[in-house]
Amino acid sequence: MKLLDIKNLSLRINTAPILHNVSLTMQPGEITAITGESGSGKSMTALAIMGLLPQGAVPGGQIMLDGTDILQTPEPALCKMRGNTMGMVFQEPMTALNPLQTIGAQVAETILIHEKTTKAQAHASAAAMLQRVGLDQPPSRYPHELSGGQRQRVCIAMAIARHPKLLIADEPTTALDVTTQARILALLRGIVRDFDMGLLLITHDLAVVADVADRIVVMEKGRVVETGPTQHLLQNMQHPYTRALFAASTHRVDLPAHKAAPPLLTVRGVTRAYPPSRKTLLGPRHRFKALDDVSFHIDHGERVGLVGESGSGKSTLTRAILGLEAVQQGQITLDGQPVFTGHKPNIAVRRQMQVVFQDPYSSFNPRHRVARLITEPFHLLENPPNGAARDRAIANALRDVGLSPDDANKYIHEFSGGQRQRIAIARALIVQPELIIFDEAVSALDVSVRAQVLDLIADLCRKRPLAYLFISHDLSVVRSITDRVLVMQAGKIVEQGATETVLTRPRHPYTQSLIAAAPRLPATGAA
Amino acid sequence: MIRYTLGRLTSLTVSLIVASLVIFAVIEVIPGDPAAFMLGVNARPDTIAALRAEMGLDQPLFQRYFAWVAGMLQGDFGTSWTYKTPVADLISARIWVSLPLAAYALILSTAIAFPAGIYAASRRGGAGDITIMGATQLGVAIPNFWFAMILVLIFAVNLRWFSAGGFPGWGNPALALKSLTLPAIALALPQAAILARVMRSSLLDMLGEDFIRTARAKGLTRRQALWRHAVRNALIPVLTILGLQFSFLLAGGIIIEQVFFLPGLGRLIFQSISARDLIVVESVVMLLVFLVIVVNFAVDLAYAAVDPRLRRR
Repeated sequence: MKLLDIKNLSLRINTAPILHNVSLTMQPGEITAITGESGSGKSMTALAIMGLLPQGAVPGGQIMLDGTDILQTPEPALCKMRGNTMGMVFQEPMTALNPLQTIGAQVAETILIHEKTTKAQAHASAAAMLQRVGLDQPPSRYPHELSGGQRQRVCIAMAIARHPKLLIADEPTTALDVTTQARILALLRGIVRDFDMGLLLITHDLAVVADVADRIVVMEKGRVVETGPTQHLLQNMQHPYTRALFAASTHRVDLPAHKAAPPLLTVRGVTRAYPPSRKTLLGPRHRFKALDDVSFHIDHGERVGLVGESGSGKSTLTRAILGLEAVQQGQITLDGQPVFTGHKPNIAVRRQMQVVFQDPYSSFNPRHRVARLITEPFHLLENPPNGAARDRAIANALRDVGLSPDDANKYIHEFSGGQRQRIAIARALIVQPELIIFDEAVSALDVSVRAQVLDLIADLCRKRPLAYLFISHDLSVVRSITDRVLVMQAGKIVEQGATETVLTRPRHPYTQSLIAAAPRLPATGAA
Repeated sequence: MIRYTLGRLTSLTVSLIVASLVIFAVIEVIPGDPAAFMLGVNARPDTIAALRAEMGLDQPLFQRYFAWVAGMLQGDFGTSWTYKTPVADLISARIWVSLPLAAYALILSTAIAFPAGIYAASRRGGAGDITIMGATQLGVAIPNFWFAMILVLIFAVNLRWFSAGGFPGWGNPALALKSLTLPAIALALPQAAILARVMRSSLLDMLGEDFIRTARAKGLTRRQALWRHAVRNALIPVLTILGLQFSFLLAGGIIIEQVFFLPGLGRLIFQSISARDLIVVESVVMLLVFLVIVVNFAVDLAYAAVDPRLRRR
């Protein structure tokens, strides 16, 4: 018998059509991955199976789960099924847990609402389940005391506490580091095998899909465009969308060669420590070193990557380079000028550096027009252009990133994620800086959009020598867009060298573990 | 938790010291010599000087400040210039009207606002929500002294359920409570309207949080998710408003006490200001500040009780 059988599922929310004739089946104990770009309807399909569609959603068709049609089941019966027959893990572990309850209580709750049992017994089972998911923390902990990976383990424990037949995981590792991602994926695989559970994995990451899934379902704009066993599908991709998706995931940009040049940015012996709160009332303060004797340089026109897990000090380093924060030891200079003089940042140096952030949705003021947004760095200049010169600068900056000068009068909400990231790059370019810092600048983008933005960066490098520091957790992106790479761990740079050399022949064990943890796409028939 | 409490206690002490300095300084810079005021326009300069000496006004500033603070610490607030009785006696007679009134109003406003806010949030966009939000809009807009007079007209003048004003004392607690009921309602309703709106919007924010979706995925009903996970999280901003409201209820009593002829601190401070009885003004204001700071301290402790993230800091 099939575990899950979706027939012609359609869905509209108010009047907007979301899903069209989605059909898919799953056998018990099988791992099926739904993949596709944002807006393809992956998550809505999952929520429909859970019976947790948002208000105003009108579903049609049939979702047979373990012999029950979810769409025909009344809410009270669905409540009994959720957590019991099907469980779900969501993308963002940082916000998925109630901050005011202990993790043990939250796992025990799944048991208590479905089983007639004592509180003590439920808590004991919860503790056992937390151990099963490999959490090395006591159940009395609160969510804020745990890391993202640990919290995701708690979420998994909560979803599987009653051994449901189907586990749905919606982008369960997207918010996590590569090494943590590898561990969580291994855990999910182990649980599916041990509990004979079906796993519906929703992810945009084809490498993860190829690594984990038995079957793949590819969705585009609310439709299933291709489906089949993983190995077979990867070898014989039929639909053009699948091929395009795959090509974008393995996209290599054509970066112009870097010519030797004098150093631009020099970071020498930089240390930044934060005093954490005292453990005891009058106990000694241990200093936490976010940056520990960091030294490196970036030459004029050189493209340097920076990789490392969260908490390794990447953000602190970015802030120090930009002069947003003083450092306790060492010096950072740009073209020989210190970024920080005395107690305030050096404006003359600041205008030579710009930054592009990760989130294209929250890094713009929604009440300003694009023209004002991208001319913000002008306040760093002594004589900012005005009148016709300003308009020309705006038009050029927009044209450089592949947008139209007419876009200057629009507001940011009129643009897609990829377009917003182009606008962010235009904002960085408008003062013609010597150095740009890309802080996870393509991490929030879909693969095809990401490929376009990476091509744009390579294009810009061709037009004029552009030096940048490219911070990313995605090794395949760093590999194609940088000349040299720095690997950071616990505030130290543990390895640096030519990107290709470091990524193919890593010397430091940490680099080796990072590379081993990164999921890889197999060579395919499409390539 | 101990560290957090000690930290809050330190901040409480510092606030009190700063407040006492500010109150003392403000009263000092107010123009008008109390001695001259008390003796009238025709007083001879040497009589005024004698009275100033008697009142201690001729001593240096810092000495008077320390004398004032030291006195308060021992329960000696000085002697009222107009009433000729110890300020401490004046206050102790009246605080047992004002404090119970504020507490009564606070309990009423919470008792009205919490269910109203939770109900409105759980039925967002429904008829109940729209009705409650409309009522709170009205409640926020109506001035409480006007509302107090309407209450008197309806319940005291027409229906004769309550007396129109006055306070019989705590000899008969039921009667005392009864006489505080109309003033407490007049004070509480506008506050309840604000509090209900805060409760509703805070709860709606929480209902949109990821952990509510997680709770629903576990199999909790909408109602269970609301009560078990959303309400306690929503309390955090509500507590802030509650703390602010208490100070407003204490000070806001000034007008309501006038309307209902209640012998409370509000009336005392009002009369003392008119009579330029600065020692009374100083002491009552300091007392109000003390009460407000203590309530905020209690709110801070309540935060920690609700939110484990604060406890281990």
